[in-house]
Amino acid sequence: MKKVFIPLVLFICLVIFLAIGLNRDPREIPSPLIGKPAPAFSLVTLESDKTFSPAQMLGKVWMFNVWATWCVACREEHPVLVAFAEKNQTPIVGLSYKEIQPQDPAAKQSDAIKLQVARERSAVWLQRHGNPYTTSVMDLDGRVGIQYGVYGVPETYVIDQQGVIRFKHVGAVTPQLLAEKILPLMQSLGKS
Amino acid sequence: MKYLCIFWLSLCLNLAHAREAVPLAEDPVVESRLVHISQELRCLVCQNESLSSSRAELADDLRREVRDLIRANKSDQEIKDFLVSRYGDFVLYRPEVKPLTWVLWFGPFVVLLIAAVFLLAYLRQRRAVVRPQDLSDAERARVEQLLKD
Repeated sequence: MKKVFIPLVLFICLVIFLAIGLNRDPREIPSPLIGKPAPAFSLVTLESDKTFSPAQMLGKVWMFNVWATWCVACREEHPVLVAFAEKNQTPIVGLSYKEIQPQDPAAKQSDAIKLQVARERSAVWLQRHGNPYTTSVMDLDGRVGIQYGVYGVPETYVIDQQGVIRFKHVGAVTPQLLAEKILPLMQSLGKS
Repeated sequence: MKYLCIFWLSLCLNLAHAREAVPLAEDPVVESRLVHISQELRCLVCQNESLSSSRAELADDLRREVRDLIRANKSDQEIKDFLVSRYGDFVLYRPEVKPLTWVLWFGPFVVLLIAAVFLLAYLRQRRAVVRPQDLSDAERARVEQLLKD
């Protein structure tokens, strides 16, 4: 009688392992940057040739959001960010990631023209969809993206007063994620 | 005046010369090291490809980054460490052996060991059940009879 159940138990084990394995997102790679200082950089912004670097945000809790006008998922998360920016004081800095893609006709132009095209395109896009960003920095060649381990746009980081990355999310930010993870984290960081 | 002209012309020549950097792909030493290193690295976007074979855009960017690091005289280990510090152990096809990856490295052997123990136990049990019975005298006589025919 007991032996009859052995295949059944094995089968249930198999089902449990498959259920866990198949429900995990293979694209979700844990970031080694959590708890590490945000990599330094200095880039011109969308608005002006004045450079922005993360050191300027020391003493503040802020959000760093990787976006681009060609990014489809960004369109999905953008209203969420706009609504968040209206309700909260938390600064959101945008990283305009590789706005000019290699297949873009503008890609063959000089760096100055690429920057100009990227700025115009991004500004139009932000005008149409709303601008939640305190400022956006222009990462045309994607090098800062590599420093932050960006492998899919959009990505969002929460950085604390000491400039340490406390949270990273790959993919569109949802209202649920904001309410359940990001806001509580920001509140706890704000108190400390 | 003539000399000034030559001077300006030579300056122009210099400018024309300096316009474009030599493509990195023409440096065979850098390229061979790049291939060597990037075969050990995983492309983050198309996860079943190595960084050396992937045609994804991010792979292009990462190869450019690795090239820069090679030209900055970084060792293979330093380059891999940099990428791990940004993208995690996941970029390595052969992650380091450390407590976090013990299950990955030794798990299969542990499972094999458990399977072997079960197999041995099963075989021992089975031998006890189907122990060959000694033949009785009548049976032995019958066997001999059959063999003779």
